[in-house]
Amino acid sequence: MAARGAPAVDGRCVLDVEDVRTRFHTADGVVHAVNGVGFRLHEGELLGVVGESGSGKSVTMLSMLGLLPTPPAEVVSGRARFDGVDIMRLGRDALRQVRGAGVGFVFQDPMTSLNPVLTVGYQIAEPLRAHLGFSKAEAWRRAAELLDLVGIPSPASRLREYPHQFSGGMRQRAMIALALACEPKVLVADEPTTALDVTVQAQILDLVRKLRRELGMAIVWITHDLGVVAGLADRVMVMYGGLVVERADVEALYLRPRHPYTRALLGTLPSVTGSGNGQEARKRLPSISGQPPSLTTAPAACPFAPRCGHAFARCWRENPPLLKVAGGHEAACWFDVEAGAPRRQRENGPA
Amino acid sequence: MIRYITRRLLFAVPTLLAISFVLFALLDLAPSDPTGQLPLTIGPEVRAQIRESLGLDQPFAVRYVKWLEQFFVNEPLNVVEKITGLEIGDSSGRLRVRSWATRSPVVDLIVERLPQTLWVVGLSYVVGILIALPIGVFSAYKQYSWFDQIGAFVSMVGFSVPTFFTGLLAILLFSVTLNWLPSIYDTTHEVTDLGSLWTQLKQLFMPVLVLAFYNAAQLSRFMRSAMLDNLNLDYVRTARAKGVRERAVLLVHVLRNSMIPVVTMIALGVPTIFGGAIITEQIFRVNGLGQLLIVAIQGADIPLVQTLTFIFAVLIVLFNLVADVLYGLLDPRIRYD
Ligand SMILES: Nc1ncnc2c1ncn2[C@@H]1O[C@H](COP(=O)(O)OP(=O)(O)OP(=O)(O)O)[C@@H](O)[C@H]1O
Ligand SMILES: [Mg+2]
Repeated sequence: MAARGAPAVDGRCVLDVEDVRTRFHTADGVVHAVNGVGFRLHEGELLGVVGESGSGKSVTMLSMLGLLPTPPAEVVSGRARFDGVDIMRLGRDALRQVRGAGVGFVFQDPMTSLNPVLTVGYQIAEPLRAHLGFSKAEAWRRAAELLDLVGIPSPASRLREYPHQFSGGMRQRAMIALALACEPKVLVADEPTTALDVTVQAQILDLVRKLRRELGMAIVWITHDLGVVAGLADRVMVMYGGLVVERADVEALYLRPRHPYTRALLGTLPSVTGSGNGQEARKRLPSISGQPPSLTTAPAACPFAPRCGHAFARCWRENPPLLKVAGGHEAACWFDVEAGAPRRQRENGPA
Repeated sequence: MIRYITRRLLFAVPTLLAISFVLFALLDLAPSDPTGQLPLTIGPEVRAQIRESLGLDQPFAVRYVKWLEQFFVNEPLNVVEKITGLEIGDSSGRLRVRSWATRSPVVDLIVERLPQTLWVVGLSYVVGILIALPIGVFSAYKQYSWFDQIGAFVSMVGFSVPTFFTGLLAILLFSVTLNWLPSIYDTTHEVTDLGSLWTQLKQLFMPVLVLAFYNAAQLSRFMRSAMLDNLNLDYVRTARAKGVRERAVLLVHVLRNSMIPVVTMIALGVPTIFGGAIITEQIFRVNGLGQLLIVAIQGADIPLVQTLTFIFAVLIVLFNLVADVLYGLLDPRIRYD
């Protein structure tokens, strides 16, 4: 299932994640939230991760950095090679060195992700002091530069304010500043713009493009917004029911989607061909008829089969692994939507 | 902030007046007679004279207003005079609230008893806090660990077993069986040198321990739940994702937030110190305010009971304000005015 994608961008692979499986033990039973997710991220690349709510996007990333509360979470398996080491096997202190310094994380909800009783300046200065050994004054100066970088006016005085004195957009910028503080090689941005209004979203997207150009970091961008992905990503990974169902370069995915779920997602979408900031093309994930998959058991059949127009006997028996459908393009589907017939798997072989 | 405090203090005046009226009226309605304890041979005229000398022949309203004057004007003036050494007006002619039983001014009785109570009850409050906070923090951090489980059990025992039981148990163990500590608190003991300090510590040990255990039992649970309320919040995850040391995550990020309700709770509990710990003081024979109150109630010493309970009410109102102010200082989201 956790087949590797062929590198689409020239450059070293900075993050190689394989076979992440995470479940939650809740009062109502086990939730199989992530069932073998993997991806590769190359230097300077932006990987878009899309999928409906509950498809396991956040949990995958949190599992990778050991940020889930255990219990209820249990990370059953997974490898994440970063800088030559598997960060999912690291000890407490070594992992702490990776968090913040190697991998920055921007969280989904800017309203609750900052500590309400500490000043914004303190919170941005904290990773600088923890990782780079900055003195208090140095860290504070650098924090002001970072706020300036993410476009917050009069940063020096803003540093002394508390999160509740910031607007939602400013908090998200502060979160980004915080994640960028130690110039990590990888930035994971978990729906960093969904809580914001459209103009602020556009500003943040511009900011990310600029920062990427200037700092050359690799970014995992989780979003519901297909328009944003089209305008921003190099590669895209589509998730469904805790699984990767399709992985491809952005043009390939939008022009020739191979998985029925991706097709359904794109089906109602107007033209999305890489508009500048995706303003007109922006569109929330359209709802697809049918229920989202139940996660109470590990997937034994294709999780999308109940909602799929092409499902046939095999889909109900066997969960398809990611199959190579073209260069750098994989889809987890037994049906070849382009040929309009079941895929002859033996000829292609698992990717 | 200053404006807020002033406004709250102004609001406190009618509240306290209402409380004082209710207290005064309730105790006045209670069937009690300051001459009830006198021998039967004393005739009714003499009894009437005694009542008159106590001002009891006056109507209720007059007595209430006089008591108010004594409490709010005369006694504070006395205190000011004592501290500054100045004489303001006619100090010897001022009426004072007097105990029916001892005829000495109530305030003097209270001042006499206060040190014992502060030593025993106050110290146990502080010790209780010092025990409870680390235990609460650690129990929350290691939720459901054996430490937490034992902590849960011990604190359940702590606040369900009354102090007269734990107190007697301690006496049985330390005084009777081991003969290490005195079972009676000697109020007249004075600390002058190391030896007498040691004696003082020895006699403080049991009452302080018993009360501190009781206080810590509740507070540690409260601290734990305040920590747990915060431990799984998003900002804690952000702190971890930044690569902050676990100790700093806990003691800077989580504790700062959790202390807000805990400090409030501690501030609200301070008046109970002055109320004394009636039962514990009884068991260890500590001559404190609790003891004073219980003797006053038994002897129907109405002025003493009125004054003590009213002081208690004043402290409660005051520390409510203190708690609110602390809340505002600890939580930047709250802005008064
Ligand atoms: N703490 C938890 N306890 C139990 N189940 C959880 C917990 N956190 C997440 N889950 C479950 O894991 C699944 C995946 O959640 P996840 O947050 O990764 O979804 P997502 O793809 O990020 O969705 P969204 O787009 O809404 O953020 C969901 O079914 C969710 O119910
Ligand atoms: Mg999410």
